[in-house]
Amino acid sequence: MTGDIAVLGAGLHPWGKWGRNFVEYGTAAARAALADAQLDWRDAQLVVGADTVRGGYPGHVAGAAFAQALGWQGARVSSVYAACASGAQAINTARAQILAGMVDVALVVGADAAPKGFFAPAGGDRPDDPDWLRFRVLGATNPVYFGLYARRRMARYGDTPQDFAQVKVKNAAAGAVNPNARYRKAVSAEEVAASPVVADPLRLLDICATSDGGAALVLSSMAFARRRGVAPVRIRAVSTVTPRYPRTALDLPDFATDSAAAVPPPEVGFRASIAAAAYEEAGTGPADLDLAEVYDLSTALELEWYEDVGLCPAGEGAKLLREGATALGGRVPVNPSGGLASFGEAVPAQAIAQVCELTWQLRGQAGGRQVPGARCGLAANQGLFGHGAAVIAVR
Amino acid sequence: MERTPVVSGWFSGDGDDFRLLGTRCRACGSVFFPRADAFCRNPSCDGTELDQTPLSRTGTVWSYTDSRYRPPAPYPCDPEAPWEPFTVLAVELAAERMVVLGQAAPDVTTADLAVGMAVELVPGVLHRDAERVWGTWHWRPTGVAV
Ligand SMILES: [Zn+2]
Repeated sequence: MTGDIAVLGAGLHPWGKWGRNFVEYGTAAARAALADAQLDWRDAQLVVGADTVRGGYPGHVAGAAFAQALGWQGARVSSVYAACASGAQAINTARAQILAGMVDVALVVGADAAPKGFFAPAGGDRPDDPDWLRFRVLGATNPVYFGLYARRRMARYGDTPQDFAQVKVKNAAAGAVNPNARYRKAVSAEEVAASPVVADPLRLLDICATSDGGAALVLSSMAFARRRGVAPVRIRAVSTVTPRYPRTALDLPDFATDSAAAVPPPEVGFRASIAAAAYEEAGTGPADLDLAEVYDLSTALELEWYEDVGLCPAGEGAKLLREGATALGGRVPVNPSGGLASFGEAVPAQAIAQVCELTWQLRGQAGGRQVPGARCGLAANQGLFGHGAAVIAVR
Repeated sequence: MERTPVVSGWFSGDGDDFRLLGTRCRACGSVFFPRADAFCRNPSCDGTELDQTPLSRTGTVWSYTDSRYRPPAPYPCDPEAPWEPFTVLAVELAAERMVVLGQAAPDVTTADLAVGMAVELVPGVLHRDAERVWGTWHWRPTGVAV
């Protein structure tokens, strides 16, 4: 166990699609988080930016871009890139400096203004980059991988397209009562089934959109929080694991899995190891969770996360969904925020937004999507190229 | 027109001799595709000598999907032509104990496929432009005529 840090403030700029400068969204989120913490920006001794990467270049390198927008005040700075896990890595960077006693108060910010349509690699002729090559050689967009996973679940576990649609119905119902979500309207299973197929068996409404948005957290040492007389939500663990060789689960942007011919595969696969590391650090387990935010890049992938974070055994994700256990009002609501299904992905902001949701849920401030009496929450995601990330927060 | 491989060193041969090319570590026997030429990636091996090795020509379907929309650049295609979906296969190779992606041969649709079905590797064309025919690999259910 590593010791807790305090979440003093959480703030979002709502998700949407406006095409404005990402710094504006991040600054709005940062100001909201500072106001929530009742702290002045000049009290932050560290600003950590989750990098906003467009065209392979982290434009306005994030940490300093936000520091400039808020007004230069000399704070330490760090900028972090780990694809979809950037936000979690930014939180962990702040946490490490707080636990090491280097700073008392840190501001963590992530924001994006996402392009229309499929995510695409940076331009040029770059055959040394596997992410460029998968588009070049296979035309393998992210939904192609999501489609492969979904079909595999259907064949292996008997999941159906109706199960996948039900994930969207569930998450849309939660998103409908979240003022920060981009899509705030109930969706029916019929609407999912009527949407066009993108990557068989997945349809448009099975796959998360790309969005603009910004998220921020004000984090501090427990001693600083106590001096202010607050009993804050605490971050108890942040997992930032890589896979173990041989990695036998196919993943973006790879052309193949590792070979298990010479070395047997590890007992715990990569995605399961992400949550396992967080549980171990926190001294908790899946039975302790009151809610979870997981990275539902597709509806089918949400079911996979149920199994990988230990809410049910492998293959029983759809059963858990059908029982209603993961809906608001169920035993352990998953994605009470509405998830990526209701937000769309704003890459560097998303993992921070997950922790904002945990914070509001654990404080009892989540309004119509409140999980009653929530005391322990998990946020899990996975960034391209093997960046695992999970956060456990408690009150 | 002569075929230019869309990526060099990943496949070679004609007809029944067409193979994906991986590498095998001399020290621990680990196989890599795409090829690792400089260092073995097994964390408990410090091998630096890897030999080119052809991968199995046949395997079984691990999963499959298709691309109903045109992928963005750098996928080579004629933006003026109407979009024709292609099928993508993930194929399990028994000897190598690995799963390898590839597009399906033309005219193979998801309706023709099932998880566990036997498939074989065949040479294919990714794209034709004014100067070149870009060659690639395709997976095709076994016993299906070209
Ligand atoms: Zn080796």
